Amino acid sequence: MSAPAGARGSAREEVLARLRAGRDAGAPRTAPGPVPRDYARRGAHDPGSPGALDLLVERVEDYRATVTRVARPGDVAGVVARLLGDAGSVAVPPGADRAWLTGIGGRGAVVHVDGDPRPLTTADLDRVDAVVTGAAVAVAETGTLVLDAAAGDQGRRLLTLVPDHHVCVVRAEDVVGTVPEALARLDPLHPLTFVSGPSATSDIELDRVEGVHGPRRLDVVLVG
Amino acid sequence: MSTTDLPTPTVRPAHAPAGTGHLRGTRPFPAEARDALANTQLRRNLGKATGVIRAKRAAVVDEVPDWEALRRSGSAIKADVMARLPELLEQLEAAVTARGGVVHWARDAAEANAIVLDLVRAAGGDEVVKVKSMATQETGLNEALEAGGVAAWETDLAELIVQLGDDRPSHILVPAIHRNRSEIREIFLREMPDVDPDLTDEPRRLAMAARTHLRRKFLGAKVAVSGANFAVADTGTLSVVESEGNGRMCLTLPETLITLMGVEKVVPTWSDLEVFLQLLPRSSTGERMNPYTSTWTGVTPGDGPQAFHLVLMDNGRSGVLADPDGREALHCIRCSACLNVCPVYERAGGHAYGSVYPGPIGAVLSPLLTGITGEDDVNASLPYASSLCGACFDACPVRIDIPNLLVQQRAASVESHHRPTGQDVAMRAARVAMTSAGRFRAAEKGLGLGRVLGGRSGRITALPWPASRWTASRDVPVPPAETARDWFARTRPGRER
Amino acid sequence: MRIAVMATCLGDAVAPQAVRATVELLERLGHDVVFPPGQTCCGQMHVNTGYLREALPVVRHATEVFGPVADGEWDAVVAPSGSCTGCVRHQHAMVARRGGDEALAVRAEAVAARTYELSELLVDVLGVTDVGAYYPHRVTYHPTCHSLRMLRVGDKPLQLLRAVRGLELVELPDAEVCCGFGGTFALKNADTSTAMLADKMSAVLSTGAEVCSAGDSSCLLHIGGGLGRLRTGVRTVHLAEVLASTEATQTPSARSLAAGVAAGVPRTETGEDPAADPTEEAPV
Ligand code: SF4
Repeated sequence: MSAPAGARGSAREEVLARLRAGRDAGAPRTAPGPVPRDYARRGAHDPGSPGALDLLVERVEDYRATVTRVARPGDVAGVVARLLGDAGSVAVPPGADRAWLTGIGGRGAVVHVDGDPRPLTTADLDRVDAVVTGAAVAVAETGTLVLDAAAGDQGRRLLTLVPDHHVCVVRAEDVVGTVPEALARLDPLHPLTFVSGPSATSDIELDRVEGVHGPRRLDVVLVG
Repeated sequence: MSTTDLPTPTVRPAHAPAGTGHLRGTRPFPAEARDALANTQLRRNLGKATGVIRAKRAAVVDEVPDWEALRRSGSAIKADVMARLPELLEQLEAAVTARGGVVHWARDAAEANAIVLDLVRAAGGDEVVKVKSMATQETGLNEALEAGGVAAWETDLAELIVQLGDDRPSHILVPAIHRNRSEIREIFLREMPDVDPDLTDEPRRLAMAARTHLRRKFLGAKVAVSGANFAVADTGTLSVVESEGNGRMCLTLPETLITLMGVEKVVPTWSDLEVFLQLLPRSSTGERMNPYTSTWTGVTPGDGPQAFHLVLMDNGRSGVLADPDGREALHCIRCSACLNVCPVYERAGGHAYGSVYPGPIGAVLSPLLTGITGEDDVNASLPYASSLCGACFDACPVRIDIPNLLVQQRAASVESHHRPTGQDVAMRAARVAMTSAGRFRAAEKGLGLGRVLGGRSGRITALPWPASRWTASRDVPVPPAETARDWFARTRPGRER
Repeated sequence: MRIAVMATCLGDAVAPQAVRATVELLERLGHDVVFPPGQTCCGQMHVNTGYLREALPVVRHATEVFGPVADGEWDAVVAPSGSCTGCVRHQHAMVARRGGDEALAVRAEAVAARTYELSELLVDVLGVTDVGAYYPHRVTYHPTCHSLRMLRVGDKPLQLLRAVRGLELVELPDAEVCCGFGGTFALKNADTSTAMLADKMSAVLSTGAEVCSAGDSSCLLHIGGGLGRLRTGVRTVHLAEVLASTEATQTPSARSLAAGVAAGVPRTETGEDPAADPTEEAPV
């Protein structure tokens, strides 16, 4: 049964006391100096530069996700419609740009907006064919998209997890070169999901196979 | 933030108590390895898998121009963590608590398991979904939950293979690395109730079978248990690095999330992750970035679990911290690169190490955590499970000097002896011979015997024990007629120095 | 240069041909070589088996014997061994400090700073890659772990071998993988060691080389012991012996081959100065 609160309290004190004693007993002969930070914070390409965008495309496609580039925001809807194909139902976060979905209106696909009128449940999302979101930042060197659950166009974490197909619209100005540049733009207090390609596993003979529990299909629309 | 500076003077850094968890096997490494080496299927599976991952890792590490700078930084951040561990943990506790999480402390594996079981029961669950976690393997949490009437479902594909196969993990990253695709197919056909009987051994089909098998569990789970790759002290942010999305499922869908982590996983600041999120994926799966990394801080209203518990566990880590050399083993970020490059691991496999931590890092971390109790302790054999070739150090993203730790733990092993062993006696004799040129020459004369054994063939093919362990597979040259020193003295008289 | 040779215990007692070759090579290059008579062992076996306390007096002895190099009496110490040099450079001071002898640690560091493995001495200190050797054989080179990863000798041995006339150098597949020797590892984990040896032998045999060379007699004893047991017809020869060989002189390699770690050829006692051409003795 449950340990009495007093015992729990003493575990805290005891662990901390042990660690203090251990920290002192094992202190290195010479105190370590400041942490060297001479790794590259920035890469070869400026955020949003053509080089960064090209690299992002190459690296995302390397994960067997697709990338479609469009010049203007107005071109997104057509691409999204093509990527969604004959999807019958699509979920979007509340802050998603509704213009992204104008291309699918004619086909009668149902669009579920999270929170309108009520939050979508896991069961709702299990029946949805695809989800369309934005991204907070993308990392060119690693082909990574970061989703910020507190951002209106990215939405709660389960939105991009349960549906099997994720269409992610990335703005050129949000594409940075390196991981350090990306982290500097993010708020750690928000739930964040770093996505690098579709769900995959290397558990069978250490070969990467795409598509396990997360979305099996990831399509990126790069704007600008 | 609460600070308490009244430790009882008797509180000492502690080893992990025996009895709970999986830090010790039952037989010494050489005996386990002998059996494993005879398993040709295992040899082939491991040789193939480690070969694949070594090549992938090398390719993605080579493309990073500042890799060595990242390694040095990672190593220094971890050294700094060790120097401030209690303070950072208090900071972490305060930050997690401020964001709606509840922090628990566990002295050892049994206490950690009990805390988790209580929390699961309090959440009204009789089953949990689990993200792969070395900490919960270390404590034997699944068995403890089962004994308490709670079913634990492993959701990582490799862990699932191990669980369904009633097997033991053999690798930090890919616990089922010892299984090949056709063995996995067999296990799935046997153990998954609804599996397609026409399942092939194509990895994609196998992954799909796992998806189908676990999907309902995810969508209905009330409680999840995870480990943590990193915990950021200044923000209270936790992080799990994974591939399949099972981690996201567990971290997002259930109402209650319980995270069990060893105390050494804390890092000071959010920006420190910029180092480790570069080092870890390239070193572990050999990818520029793993498919999914989740970070979360406490509880976020309306998004994800609305109850979050963080269990901070010692289980021997304070004892390791007290060892000036050994504490470096706590820098490990569990990438498994050292396993994949280790020629001993590649041939003997992970089970031979007994502990859940196999390979070079396991060969030092396991005995460091448990302590070595004497010449009969099976963990005393682990530091010797290495030829000290040094490949592990070169691969380690945080530059842990594993070869030095192996030597230090060998010393711990020797110094634990309650009575002198044959080896102790031999080493003492060798020390006596090697501290005087006269005695050394006398010992060399003894080698002349070998000239008799070798006869005219020039080779010796059989020697008595313990040298028979050498001659079982290798010849020995007959000792030369003249030592180098005698040759020098004869041919260059008076020129010795 | 005045150079003291550190024979190493194994080199003195079991593999003197590598020590002789080192001495002859350096003398041929015009250096003055001395053999400190008090020398025994660097202590590596004790250190790497975990006998750090037993190793302390051995380290103290070695530091005394080779101390003159720190005082400038000699310019350098050379060992025909990557692992013994590695022990001096990376472990002696550690053993001394662990034993609480800071003065010894400082002295050991001073000795270590002038102690070199053979290829380091030749390439880095003496600045030669072509030592004027002649060795007309197909050779593959195994870079031993400690020379590769403790000393970081890199391709220095290969630079030296490439400059040897008549020598055909063939690349060894998976060269940087350990041969499985590992000192007492070969006895304490004999099965794993043998499994590693088997793979190293396959790699060596796949090259079609007649000679497998390396910079450590210990690893060569292990690899050669396996190759010999299987009568593979490949012999092991220390790097020093290859580099010491010339057309004109009696080649130490011929002696080593006769002394026979090699391919199961009956041992022929060659005298001190046999006139034999080494090529005629290749037991392929
Ligand atoms: S010791 Fe280093 S290489 Fe081995 S698992 Fe840990 S971090 Fe990775």
